[in-house]
Amino acid sequence: MINVHDKHKPLTFIEKTYLPAIVSGVLLTSRHFFVNLTRHILRAFGVKLKNMAAVTIQYPEFLRPLFPRLRTMHRLTRREDGTPRCVACMMCETVCPAKCIYIIADEKLENPQIEKMPRSFDIDLGLCVFCGYCVEACPEDAIRMDTGILEISNYTRNGMILDLETMLSLEPMSSRYVQYDRGGEVVSADYIDERHRSDA
Amino acid sequence: MVKVTIDGIEIEIPKGTTVIQAAEQAGIEIPRYCYHPGLSIVGVCRICLVEIERMPKLQVACYTPATEGMVVHTNTEQVLEARQAVMEFLLVNHPLDCPVCDQAGECWLQNFYMQHALHDSRMFENKVKKSKALQIGPNVMLDSERCILCSRCVRFCDEISKSNELGIFNRGDRAELQPYPGTELDNDYSGNTIDICPVGALTDRDFRFRTRVWYLSETESICPGCSTGCNINVHHNDQRTYKAGGSRVSRLKPRYNPDVNEWWMCDAGRYGFTHVDADSRILAPTRSIGEEQEMSWGEAASEIMTKLREVISVHGKESVGVILSPQMTNEDLFVARRFFRDGLGLKHIDFEVAPLTTGAKDDFLIKADKNPNTAGARLLGVGARQGSGMTVAEMLEAARKRKLRALYICHHDLANGFAVDVVEEALTAQDLVVFQGPNTNSTSALAHYVLPAAAFVEKTGSFTNYAERVQMIHTAVTPLGESKADWQIFRSLAKEAAISVPYFEAEDVFQALTAEVEAFSGLPYAGLAGQGIALRDGQALPESETVVA
Ligand code: SF4
Ligand code: SF4
Ligand code: SF4
Ligand code: SF4
Repeated sequence: MINVHDKHKPLTFIEKTYLPAIVSGVLLTSRHFFVNLTRHILRAFGVKLKNMAAVTIQYPEFLRPLFPRLRTMHRLTRREDGTPRCVACMMCETVCPAKCIYIIADEKLENPQIEKMPRSFDIDLGLCVFCGYCVEACPEDAIRMDTGILEISNYTRNGMILDLETMLSLEPMSSRYVQYDRGGEVVSADYIDERHRSDA
Repeated sequence: MVKVTIDGIEIEIPKGTTVIQAAEQAGIEIPRYCYHPGLSIVGVCRICLVEIERMPKLQVACYTPATEGMVVHTNTEQVLEARQAVMEFLLVNHPLDCPVCDQAGECWLQNFYMQHALHDSRMFENKVKKSKALQIGPNVMLDSERCILCSRCVRFCDEISKSNELGIFNRGDRAELQPYPGTELDNDYSGNTIDICPVGALTDRDFRFRTRVWYLSETESICPGCSTGCNINVHHNDQRTYKAGGSRVSRLKPRYNPDVNEWWMCDAGRYGFTHVDADSRILAPTRSIGEEQEMSWGEAASEIMTKLREVISVHGKESVGVILSPQMTNEDLFVARRFFRDGLGLKHIDFEVAPLTTGAKDDFLIKADKNPNTAGARLLGVGARQGSGMTVAEMLEAARKRKLRALYICHHDLANGFAVDVVEEALTAQDLVVFQGPNTNSTSALAHYVLPAAAFVEKTGSFTNYAERVQMIHTAVTPLGESKADWQIFRSLAKEAAISVPYFEAEDVFQALTAEVEAFSGLPYAGLAGQGIALRDGQALPESETVVA
C-alpha cells in the first residue's frame, strides 16, 4: 500500500534545515564513487569480482546490451511460404490492456486449410504499454517482441501505428544482445552494439 | 403427475416428461448436445448420462422418461467420469481450430470441456481429415471435422423446415454430415441450423470472420421483417468499431418466445438488417429544393412548419396528405396521430401501401405482410380504412390533380406499391413533399425535405404483431448521424406548431397511448419487455378484419 499520508506530515525543525538530507545524499554519492573506484582499480589488477563496476555508456553512439527476453518493437512471423503465421484469431487484440491492436480478418485464399488471415493488422505503439501479453496470448507464435528496436518515435500520432507489412518485414534482433553460456556467464564480453562499433 | 427426486430435490412433473426436462424444472443443469427442446429426441451424444437408482448402468437423461419414485443423481463420481470420457471421445478427431473458428466463445465443446473434462489428450494417432470450409448453401458454411454428429441440424431440416436436405453418411469415424448429393441447404429457415449446431461445424457465411463473438453486446428486439414479429436479439459491436467495415449490427439471433416464434426465425429476417449500416442512410435533415443542403433540426422543423401552415391557410386542411408507415412503432404512430390528426386537424392520413408483388408467405412464420406493425396502426386508427380520409392511392390521384398540395411521407418507397410514373407525377405536382425515414429511396429522391429517422435498432418502442401481441424493441446502438426516432421528429415539428406533445421517453408516449387508445388500455409498460403481451389472448385477427379505435 502506498502511504499517501506521510507526504503531508509537517516537517520538523531539523528537517526544515535540509541538512540531514543533504548529508545523507552526499554520503550516498560518495559511497558509490568510492565503491566504483575500488572496483575499477581491482579489475585493472585482474581481480575477478562478483559485481561489476559501473560504467557510463555513451548512448546513442554505443548501446547497452539487450537481454533476449527484453520486449521491444513487435513483429509478425511468417510461414515458409511467406504468408503471415497470424490467423487473425484476435486473442492478442482481446488481451491487450491498452486496446491498441486493430485486426480485420479475411479469408486466406492461398491456403483454404488455414482459412483465416489478417487483412489488416495495426498496432498503435503510441498506446502500447509493452506488456507483452499479446505475445503470451498468441496460439500461433505469430507475434513476437524481439526485434530489438527500442528507438520508437515519430512526428505524428499516425506515424506510431505499425501496419501488417512493416511488422512482417522485421527480423529478430541478432547482434544486439549478449550471449550467455550455461552457467550464466557472459560469453561475448563486448557490451557495444556491433552495428555501432564499426562506425564508432 | 409423477414424483421424482433429482439430486435430493423432489419435484412433481407430468407423466412422459424426460429426466433432462424434469432436472431443468428442478433448476439442475445437465449438459447436452443432441437434445433440443424444439426437436425430436435421439440420444446420440451421450453427454447427458446420469445415474438412476436401481438401474444397472448410467442412463441418458434426455431419452429416459421420469417415472414415479425415480431417484436420479447427476453429480456422482461415476457420472462425472462418464461425462469426461464422452468429452474425450468427442474430441478424439476434433481439429484444433478454435483460433479460426467463428463459434469460439459460444461453443459448447469449449464450455463443457472447461466444465466437465479438462483432460489432456491421450491420442497419438493422426486425426481423421474431412472436408472443411464447404459452402453447403447460400447462408451456411460446413466444417465436417468440427461436427460432433449430434444430428440436430438433420432433425431441424426434417421436422421444422421439412426440407430434408441434410443427412449423415458413412460409419464410424468416417461418418460425416453432408447435404444429400445434388442438394443445397437452401430453405427459408436454413440459418437456424447455425444457431442450434452446438459447435462450429455450421457457421454463418454472412457473419464469417466479421468479428469475434465476445466483442458483441446483445439487445432484445423484434424482427421488423414481417408481421409475425419474431423475437430476436440484436448482436451489435460497440467495442471494436473498426471491424467489418464499421457495421454496428453484426447479426440477429432468434430469441425464445413460445407464443410467437419458439426458437426460430426466417432467413429473410435474419439477414434483413443491412439497411441499418448501409450507405443509403440519411444522416441529417436535408433541403433538396434546387441544391441539396443539410440543415439543423431547428431550421428544418421551422421551415417545414412554415410551408405546411402556408399550404393549410391557402388551400385548407383537406389539401394535405399524410402517409404514415406500418414500419413505425406504436409510439411513433400515436404521436403522429396526436400531431397530424388532433393537433393540425388533418383528415387524409393513411399508412397502408399494398405492394405490387405480394410478399412470400408460408404456414409457419413468414407472413405476406412485410411490416411489423400493421395491426398496431389499425388499432391506433391511423389508416384511411379506419377513418374517413383518402387512401394512399386516392391521395396520389388527388395530388396529381393538385387537389392535395402537400404530402408528408414516412418510410415508404411508394414505387413498391405504385407505378413509378404515377408516383413521380403526383409528387412533382406538390408544393411541399416531406420524406422521413432511415434510408433514401426513390420517394425520398422526389421530396423537398428529407428527415433522418432512426432505424429499428436505434430506438425503443413497441410493435403489435398480426395476432395483436404488443412486443418491445430496444435501443441497441445510438442513432446514426442526426437521426431521431420518428415520434421525436413529430415532437419537434409539433413544438413549432405550438401543439403540446409532452413526452420525453418512449415510455411516456406509451403511457399516454394506453390511457387514450382503448385497444391498448391497461397494458403495463413493464410487462412488455421479454415476451410481450397479447391484446386479446393471442387470438389472431383474420387478415381482412379492420378495427376502428
Ligand atoms: S505489448 Fe501489451 S499493450 Fe502492447 S500491443 Fe501487446 S498486449 Fe497490447
Ligand atoms: S494472437 Fe497471434 S494469431 Fe491471433 S491474431 Fe494475434 S498475432 Fe494473430
Ligand atoms: S467447434 Fe468449438 S472446439 Fe471446435 S474448433 Fe470451433 S470453437 Fe473450437
Ligand atoms: S453440423 Fe452441428 S448440428 Fe449438425 S450434426 Fe454436426 S454438430 Fe450437430
